[in-house]
Amino acid sequence: MNPAGVFSSLIPLWAVLVSLAAVPFILLSSRRPNLREFWTLAAGLVMFGCVLSLLPAALRGQTAAAELFEVVPGVRLALRADRLGVFFALIASGLWVLTSCYSIGYMRGLQEHKQTRYFAFFAVCLSATMGIAFAANLVTFILFYEILTIATYPLVIHQETPEAIRAGRKYLAFTLSAGVLLIGAAVWTYQITGGNLDFRPGGLLAGFTLAGKTAVPLFLLFLGGVGVKSSIMPLHSWLPAAMVAPTPVSALLHAVAVVKAGVFGMIRVTAFVFGPDLLRRFGLDTVLIVITVTTILLGSLLALRQDNLKRRLAYSTVSHLSYIILAAALLSGPALAAGLLHLAFHATMKITLFFCAGAIAVSLGRENVSQLNGVGRVMPWTMAAFTIGALGLSGLPPIDGFVSKWYLGAAAVGGGRPWLAGVLVLSGLLNAAYLFPIVQRAFFRRGVGLEGRREASAWMVVPLILTALLSLGLGLYPNLFFDLARRAAAGIFGGF
Amino acid sequence: MIPTNAPALTPLLFLFTGLFIPLAAFKIRKLAYWLALAATAAASAAAVSNIFRVLDGGAIHYHFGGWLPPIGIEYVLDPLSAFVTSVINVIALIVLIHARRTVEADLPEGKHVPYYALVMLMMAGFNGIVLTGDFFNVYVFLEICSLALYGLVAVGDRKSPVAAFRYLVLGMIGGCFYLLGVGFLYMSSGSLNMADLKAILPVLGARPEVIVALAFMLLGFGLKMALFPLHGWLPDAYTYAPTATSSLMAPIGTKIGAYVLIRILYFVFGLTFITKTVPVAAIIAWLGAAAILYGSIQAMAQDELKRMLAFSSVAQVGYIGLGIGLANPWGLVGALLHILNHGLMKACLFLVAGNFRMKLGHSRISRLDQEARRRMPWTTAAFTLAALSMIGLPPTVGFFSKWYLAWGSIRNGSWVFLAVILVSSLLNAVYFFRVVERLYLKPADRPPQAEKSGGAAGGPSEAGPSMLIPTLVLAVALLAAGLLNAFIVKGVLLKILPPGLAGMNP
Repeated sequence: MNPAGVFSSLIPLWAVLVSLAAVPFILLSSRRPNLREFWTLAAGLVMFGCVLSLLPAALRGQTAAAELFEVVPGVRLALRADRLGVFFALIASGLWVLTSCYSIGYMRGLQEHKQTRYFAFFAVCLSATMGIAFAANLVTFILFYEILTIATYPLVIHQETPEAIRAGRKYLAFTLSAGVLLIGAAVWTYQITGGNLDFRPGGLLAGFTLAGKTAVPLFLLFLGGVGVKSSIMPLHSWLPAAMVAPTPVSALLHAVAVVKAGVFGMIRVTAFVFGPDLLRRFGLDTVLIVITVTTILLGSLLALRQDNLKRRLAYSTVSHLSYIILAAALLSGPALAAGLLHLAFHATMKITLFFCAGAIAVSLGRENVSQLNGVGRVMPWTMAAFTIGALGLSGLPPIDGFVSKWYLGAAAVGGGRPWLAGVLVLSGLLNAAYLFPIVQRAFFRRGVGLEGRREASAWMVVPLILTALLSLGLGLYPNLFFDLARRAAAGIFGGF
Repeated sequence: MIPTNAPALTPLLFLFTGLFIPLAAFKIRKLAYWLALAATAAASAAAVSNIFRVLDGGAIHYHFGGWLPPIGIEYVLDPLSAFVTSVINVIALIVLIHARRTVEADLPEGKHVPYYALVMLMMAGFNGIVLTGDFFNVYVFLEICSLALYGLVAVGDRKSPVAAFRYLVLGMIGGCFYLLGVGFLYMSSGSLNMADLKAILPVLGARPEVIVALAFMLLGFGLKMALFPLHGWLPDAYTYAPTATSSLMAPIGTKIGAYVLIRILYFVFGLTFITKTVPVAAIIAWLGAAAILYGSIQAMAQDELKRMLAFSSVAQVGYIGLGIGLANPWGLVGALLHILNHGLMKACLFLVAGNFRMKLGHSRISRLDQEARRRMPWTTAAFTLAALSMIGLPPTVGFFSKWYLAWGSIRNGSWVFLAVILVSSLLNAVYFFRVVERLYLKPADRPPQAEKSGGAAGGPSEAGPSMLIPTLVLAVALLAAGLLNAFIVKGVLLKILPPGLAGMNP
């Protein structure tokens, strides 16, 4: 992460542009669905390949950087594939490939309208997510952050029902307000630093003496800006509403790309803009810890009350995102590494659960938990995958959720806040309380109206099995991600 | 073209084209349009090339009739006037390309020739105001363009004469105030030349007649610029004027007022006078902030698209006023950039409204639905892009205007202004999104409207290329100018900054 390890490369730019370049092809082949889906898959694979090719350099500690032209005096549009960025990009682009396959099964299974629009905006969203992952400074970050906001909107309102339109308005009201706060925060930072907005490990603002009456409001502006997408309470209510979107959107965007862009932004703000010293000096880390603990517990409690499966999962996401922010707020290397692991592992587990919810909706037309009795008999693969995801989210070994939660708890204890480990245990119990009844209903209760129903198409079942296996595999062999996360964290907080 | 008389050529070109059109087009009416277009194209090319010439070689002064100032009238092409003339002439060119079809549809054929002649006179007035270096000459050109504009507004639909009359009355009052101000200034200083006055005013100090002169001049052009609360003429005039007039007036007209404000405040009276001696800058900034909120809230309540855009203009003029009033380099850069940016955005939006009127026969928001979008996908896309720009999302131009204005506010520690700028983004989002949502999501619940002018009823019918291409060019310009804004700011705008501000480092 030191400037000496930076080399010039256009690969981060290709990773951003490849899915954007696919959009015209997707639009032009709107009458030939197979060709259209080929473009999506091709873009996904190329993007994933680009990110993978950045991985060895990132592990070695070298950063690929693509500097473009100046957008405001002193600030360039610049992409840098540092370890943190590669980490996030790897997850998002890898899961996009699987989600694209799943989307094909889902959209065709439900014979959805306007599939071209759906696939086109999906590609734009991924492009923006890559941009967020690789953004080297705040302006570039905001640029892609806002593109992501806008590009997600057509996916949220995809159904075009009054409910979807209401949800879309709510989504825009929340995210646009957040964008405005973020812009205000960025301009203010620009003024303080005299025109430098580059993310710097240890804090862009670390070298400046800030009074409390500057630092605290500035942090709150940032918190509002990235807090909406990372759905900390009380800024979370758009996320459950956005569940009216098609399930693949909920799966990839509202469990991985969009919300984790917010969380990723939170990590950028805490570790790369403010830096640990500044946050500690004004007790801002404590503020963040209080908010996240509240969100973790309340999110889980609210999840208990939801009958709609996707809404239940959404509240679960709200709660799990705050795990990651909590890790960032602990301001230590081990904690951040644990948080990054959870960023990756929660993605694999939650996307599995959403895929299962979508598969159930497609083949049975059921969306509520109370209608899931006996589903395991007719959809054994789907519900087996669901079980793996549920076990993982509750933090049970050998699923990957256990690994990240374990390290997070250890880091909390190591950082002198053992009571947080108690919060994690409690939240794990709550996770079990809202997820296991679904498994129990599916396998151990007798359902009605299931005669002749079968699994959804292979386009959907294969991806969800793969993500479940991924969750299991990463639980057994977390080393690659662990290494990358540990080194990314060590680049900020020093080795450990 | 001989460089030394470049400042005088543009206004004279428009003036003589305006006088020549009725003669030349006496027999062949079609000629009027092409003459007007050719003059505007020539003026645009000259204006853009002048920017580079001025940035390289310094300001060009031209003395009319060889009389030296302060006796004679001086024309000055400095970076500021070169920038503003480029903006207005290029936008006018794009709008005029679009205007041919709408003028044919809106006006009876007999009025085409005088219409284009008036457009030329209006452009002569605009360019003259920007290029002259003499305060009385500004008044002359102000009256030329105002008289032309009253005519251009009044040829619109049924209600336009009333709107034009209102505009006439308020415009006259504004002109009178300005003239009185110039009189006071002449009385106390004995000069009308801007450069000359700049040297004399510090000697005079804050004498009452100088303060009154400043107040009256600002009042006069504040009215022209439609700075809240002097905007009363604007909504009706924009709404009821023919499409071509409102698309010319909205992006260009108010900018002239903003230009004169900048010229008077920063280049004649100077930074110290307007911030320390008489704090008019602060007043203008507060009026700008009020305009932003008032205009945005009014815009939400409108049902007619053109009227919504008119109130949006009131708000956008507020941004420029706010930037001017901040009295620091970045506020002023924001204001200057917004002159360009708002010109592009508003032109694009009014052209879209024109396309809707042409093809759907109306531009009522409550009657827009998916059917409109299905028939006019490109126009709708241009509208959406312009709307995103108005909301201020990157990488469109609107984001960067806000960036500099927000920066200027923070530099001054003006948190209220920062809040206003940020909140107004959301207000813009509300009223633009209302339209975008209808266009994309509101199902057509009645049979397709039969339009009054051309096009197969019910069938898909995008606006013709002469209307669509200018709209799309402007929409693409919103993105291009946004991405390239650092070049514009560093290459041109920072060189415009007046002496008092240029020294202040970012």
